[in-house]
Amino acid sequence: MAEIMYWEAIRRAHDEEMANDPLVICMGEDIAVAGGTYKATQGLYDKYGAERVIDTPISENGYTGLGIGASFLGVRPIIEIMSVNFAWLAMDQLFNSAAKVRYMSGGQLTAPVVVRSPGGTAHQLGAQHSARMEKIFMGIAGLRVVTPSSPKQAYGLLKSAVRCNDPVFINEHELMYNMKGEVADEEFFHPLEGSEITREGRDVTLFGYNISVHWCMQAADILANQFAIDAEVVDLYALAPLDRAGIAASVRKTHRAVIVEEAEPAVGVGAEVMAIINEECFFELDAAPQRVSAVHVPIPYNHALEKAAIPNANDVVMAVRKMLGK
Amino acid sequence: MNVADKKRLLREMLFARRFEERCYEAYVERKIGGFLHLYSGEEACAHGVLDAAKPGHDYVITSYRDHIHAIKCGADPRKVMAELYAKETGSSRGRGGSMHIFDVGHRFMGGYALVGGPFPLAAGIAKAIKMKGGDEICICFLGDAANNQGTFHESLNMARLWELPVLYVCENNLYGIGTRIDRSTAVIDQYKRVSGYNIPSAQEDGQDIEKVFKAAKKAVNHVRSGKGPYFLELMTYRYRGHSMSDSNAYRSKGEERMWSNRDPIIMLRDRLIEAGHISKADYKAMDNEILDEIEDDIIAFAESSPQPRVDELEKYTLAENDPWVYGGGR
Ligand SMILES: Cc1ncc(C[n+]2csc(CCOP(=O)(O)OP(=O)(O)O)c2C)c(N)n1
Ligand SMILES: [Mg+2]
Repeated sequence: MAEIMYWEAIRRAHDEEMANDPLVICMGEDIAVAGGTYKATQGLYDKYGAERVIDTPISENGYTGLGIGASFLGVRPIIEIMSVNFAWLAMDQLFNSAAKVRYMSGGQLTAPVVVRSPGGTAHQLGAQHSARMEKIFMGIAGLRVVTPSSPKQAYGLLKSAVRCNDPVFINEHELMYNMKGEVADEEFFHPLEGSEITREGRDVTLFGYNISVHWCMQAADILANQFAIDAEVVDLYALAPLDRAGIAASVRKTHRAVIVEEAEPAVGVGAEVMAIINEECFFELDAAPQRVSAVHVPIPYNHALEKAAIPNANDVVMAVRKMLGK
Repeated sequence: MNVADKKRLLREMLFARRFEERCYEAYVERKIGGFLHLYSGEEACAHGVLDAAKPGHDYVITSYRDHIHAIKCGADPRKVMAELYAKETGSSRGRGGSMHIFDVGHRFMGGYALVGGPFPLAAGIAKAIKMKGGDEICICFLGDAANNQGTFHESLNMARLWELPVLYVCENNLYGIGTRIDRSTAVIDQYKRVSGYNIPSAQEDGQDIEKVFKAAKKAVNHVRSGKGPYFLELMTYRYRGHSMSDSNAYRSKGEERMWSNRDPIIMLRDRLIEAGHISKADYKAMDNEILDEIEDDIIAFAESSPQPRVDELEKYTLAENDPWVYGGGR
C-alpha cells in the first residue's frame, strides 16, 4: 500500500486502462505533450503516442462530441475538460448526444465516454474559474456522476468508469490534486453507485461529497472532542444515481442529517438528499435536516469575500450544535 | 452508372417519395406524432451519394430528416414506419420517433435533432475507424443552415488536423426552416466556407442523380484513400414545409414551380424513357407496385404492431446489469 497523490492516482488509472485496452484513449487541452494542467496524463504521450493521447484544440463541445462519436464504435475516450467552467460549452454533446443516445436508439447505441473535470473554488480564481457544477450534471437522465474524495476513489472510480458502458462524468477538485492518500498496489475497481460510511456515529449524519467530506471529517472530530457529539460521516461519491438506501439507512440510525456542499444551495445535492430523506424515512427524523452550502453569489476575487462565500468545517460544527441545542 | 443501376435508383427514389408522402397522410390522420420532416424533392442527394459509397458498410449519420438515409443504408422500411407509429417493433422501439431513426446493424448511426450536433459525432466515428484500421468511411449528411453552428468549424478543424476519414455532405435546400440562406449566412456557397480549413470541396446539382453520383464517387474515393476529409455541397430543394407544422408561406409559387420542374425522379424517369430503357407503362406499374407494398406491407406492419409496455419506460436509460457499476464484482 503506497501513499500517493490524487493526481498520481488518476494518472495510474489512465496508464493501467490504456495498457489493458488499445481502444482506451485520452484527449483534452494540453494533456499530451504538456502532460496535463494537473499532471493527470503525465508521461502517457511518450508511452502511448499521439493517436491515443491527444492534445485537442480549444473546442470543448467539438472534442467532447468527437469522443462520443468514437465511443459509438467501442473506443473508450477519457476526456479531460480543463475546468468545469469550460464544460458548459460541452453540455450540448454531453447531454443531447451521450446521455440520450442509448434511450433514443432503443438500446442500439451506447456512449461509453468518461469526462473528467475539476470543479470547485480554489484560490482567488474569480467568478469564471470557480464554478461547482455537479448539480447540473446529476439532473440528466442517462448520465452517471461520481466525485472522488480521496486518491483511492480517484483511482478506482476512473478505472470502473472507463469500463462501464454508460457515459460517466467525474467531478474532481482543483484543490485536491496534491492531496495524499493510501492506494492499494493491486488493481481494484471502485463501485460507481452507493455511498461510504467514512466514520461511524450515532447522533447525527453528516453527508458530504468530494472536498466537503473532509470538512465533515474535521467537524466530526471537533464535535466529538469538544461537544461530546458522535457524528457519522457518509461520503456520497456517487451523485447520480444517489444512494437512496444508504442515505436512509444512516438517517434511520442517527435520526438527524446535515448535508454539506461546496455549491450554492439552490437545486443542489443538499436539496436532493433532503428530498430523499423525506421520501424514504421522514418519520425517523428527530430534527429538520439542515444544509451547509455556499452563499448564492458569483465567486468573488477578494480573498476574504471568497472565504465567506464557501462553507468550512466550522460552519458544519455550528449547524450541528444548533440542531442538537449544544 | 449502368442502365440496371439507373432503373434500380429510379425505383428506390420513387419508393422514398411514396414513403414520405404516405408519412404525410399518416401524420394528418394523427397516426404519427411529434415533429415530422420529409425528404421529398431531395431524394437524389442521399441516393446518389450512398450509391457511390458502401451503405451498410460505411457509417452514416444525419439530422432529423432521416427516414430515407436510414432506408438507403439498409434499414427495414417497415421498422422505420413502425417507429413513426411509436411501436415496440420500431427501429428505436418507439422511444426515438421520426427524428431519431437508428439502425446500428446497418451502420446507420442515427438521426439527431440538434442542428449541427452530428458534425463532431461523425468526426469521432471517423477517428474510431482510423484507430481500428478499417476501410470504412463516415458520411455525415446535414443541411445548409447547420453550417452556422460552432460544431461545423470545430469539427472541420479537427477532421483536417487529424486527417479523419469523414465525408461531409451539405444538402443545401436554401432554407433553415423559414429563413432563406442569404438572410442567415454571409457566404452563400457553402463549399467555399471549408477552404479556411484546407479541406477539398465541391458543389454539385443535387437534383440530377447522375451528377451527384459522379461527384460523390470522387469524394468517397478521396476519403477512402486516406487523404482525409472532404466536403460536398449539393444544391437541392424540399417540396414540403420544413416540418408538418410549417405553413410554407415564405416561399413563392414561382420558386416552387422552378424546382419542381427539376424533380430528381421525373428527370431520371424521362431520361430512361427517352433512351428506350423503360416505358411509361413500366413506370406506372412500378409506382403501383410500390404503393401496394407501402400499404399492404409497411403500413399494415406498423398498424398491427404492439405499443411499448409502460412498465418498460425506464429501460434503455442506463446499461442493464453492467458489472463495472458494482466494481466489477457482482
Ligand atoms: C441547436 C438547434 N437550434 C435550433 C433548432 C430548430 N431547428 C430545427 S431544424 C432548423 C433549421 C435547420 O436547417 P438546415 O440545417 O438547413 O436543414 P434542413 O431542415 O433545411 O434540412 C432549426 C432552426 C434545433 N433543432 N437545434
Ligand atoms: Mg436547409
